[in-house]
Amino acid sequence: MTSPTRRGALARLWALSTGRFGLAVAAAVVVTAAVSLFWTPFDPQQVDIPGRWAAPGWPHVLGTDASGRDILSLIMAGARTTVVVAVGAGVIATVIGIALAALGALTARWIRESTAVLVDVMIAFPVLLIAMMISSVWGGSLAVVVWSVGIGFGVNVARVTRPELRRVLHSDFVLAGRAAGLTPLQNLGIHLLPNVAPVFIVQLSWAMAVAVLAEAGLSYLGFGAPVTEPSWGLLLAELQSYITVYPLSVVWPGLAITITVLGLNLLGDALREATDPTLARRGGAAREAHSHVPEVVA
Amino acid sequence: MIRYALTRLALLLLGLFVASVVIFLTLRVLPGDIAQVIAGQNATPEQVTAIRASLGLDAPLPAQYLDWIGGVFRGDLGSSLLTGTPVVTELAEKARVTVPLGILAMTFALLISAPLGVLSALQRGRALGTGLTVGAQTIAAVPVVWAGMMLVVVFAVWLGWLPAQGFPRAGWADPAAALRALLLPALTIGAVEGAMLMRFVRSATLQAIGQDYVRTAAAKGLTRTDALLRHGLPNVGLSVISVLGLQVAGIIVGAVVIEELFSLPGIGRMLVDDVQNRNLPMVQGELLALTGFVLIVGFLVDLLHRSIDPRQREAA
Repeated sequence: MTSPTRRGALARLWALSTGRFGLAVAAAVVVTAAVSLFWTPFDPQQVDIPGRWAAPGWPHVLGTDASGRDILSLIMAGARTTVVVAVGAGVIATVIGIALAALGALTARWIRESTAVLVDVMIAFPVLLIAMMISSVWGGSLAVVVWSVGIGFGVNVARVTRPELRRVLHSDFVLAGRAAGLTPLQNLGIHLLPNVAPVFIVQLSWAMAVAVLAEAGLSYLGFGAPVTEPSWGLLLAELQSYITVYPLSVVWPGLAITITVLGLNLLGDALREATDPTLARRGGAAREAHSHVPEVVA
Repeated sequence: MIRYALTRLALLLLGLFVASVVIFLTLRVLPGDIAQVIAGQNATPEQVTAIRASLGLDAPLPAQYLDWIGGVFRGDLGSSLLTGTPVVTELAEKARVTVPLGILAMTFALLISAPLGVLSALQRGRALGTGLTVGAQTIAAVPVVWAGMMLVVVFAVWLGWLPAQGFPRAGWADPAAALRALLLPALTIGAVEGAMLMRFVRSATLQAIGQDYVRTAAAKGLTRTDALLRHGLPNVGLSVISVLGLQVAGIIVGAVVIEELFSLPGIGRMLVDDVQNRNLPMVQGELLALTGFVLIVGFLVDLLHRSIDPRQREAA
């Protein structure tokens, strides 16, 4: 069932050029990742020493790397890693965000306030440092990237969602729900979460952008994808060694990352504009003055 | 003000405590045996036990924590498993690269973001304003490591103006060479951080343009730009100060990746090496130092913001 307001939000999202761009990029990355499961121009891990460092052209559209692997195929396959990391981090950030926000908004006063302090402290931990902290015990892996972005962004989601939850908590329909005998958890699921969902989805979009950047950075440092996995960050690290001789090849994975992150950031901005009724009512300059800058450090 | 400062100080101390506990517990309690990791896969159980005892890992957790924190208060953050060098000595040594790098990066970020942010707000709705905004959005989406590679391609490979990698062996004894080695890394971090900061300056400026005092000044005969520059900018400056703490955190993270890319012997690269070598006492000390630094900067920024913004003083 699609409620009229929700369809309205989607239409408003599509009406924004940033929204269309963001949706198109997100769709393109997901489709590329799906297609790469069945087909890439070449086998991304196929080594071809005589054919190494082919210039962009035909049949290697973006050229080949130091071991003759097709760069376009590697980037297509790398989209899989990007999607997995972004979605995984998004799910974990959602769970942690909701849990901490609910703890910080709906419980006894001392739990609420200690949660708030914990959230404020955790926000000072940059995602990259969380990832390195976990890597030093577990060793690096994509799971570490997913968990650290999920934790790092989850606290951020919690900070933004908590005041919303508290605001909605005092609405009549929540009171009515309580009067009708709903347990606090039922009330959370039926009345509270749907009402804070817009704030939440915006955060999620930005969380995924941070996840893509973090995967690239951590894989570059050697704490992310294992060398057998196709990954944009790993590809950057590999091509960097030859940057003085083949500077052009390093352009492609970087572009893939930048476009994906830009798309997700703009999608977040557009979602916010489309779902926040207070923004829509304001005029151009005032609206842009309040457009939110994500406050998270990858 | 004093009451605010004391409350904020209490929050800082609480934050440092929570941070130290989180770091300590993550490195101890996460599934995975540190002693086993250090000893390697082929170690006999006796060797692992010996390592555990030598690290004090056989003591109960609270005792281990108190032992570590007691050391921190005496200025002892632990020492390297490999070389035995104290963490504090290593940090002081590497800070000679990272601190100047951070200051340069912050300078670049401010030099880029302040004028361009104000300009893009003044030019809102025109081609220049839109171009600047799109440019800032795009650069803010660039992974910092790729930004560094592109700058290396242009300034080191094609133009040959600056070194592509490395730091002079003589260090700051050769100030010109040291500074040249830091220029590209600092520009890389500064450009990406500056693009993020620029979006913030733009929103703050747009907000200031809409304020009554700017309109009043314009009504008294100043041009809109003059009114904004004279009355609006101090307020923009205040908003920018309030996010400086965040910028410092961004620069630290940037430094970790960029020092690796440019082979600079700084704190970030030391952290990467120590994580790779599972040099856990070092990692623990370095993480505490870095997060402590971010928390303390946040504290100082809040105090500064409070003390120079008269509206906040009255609210107290």
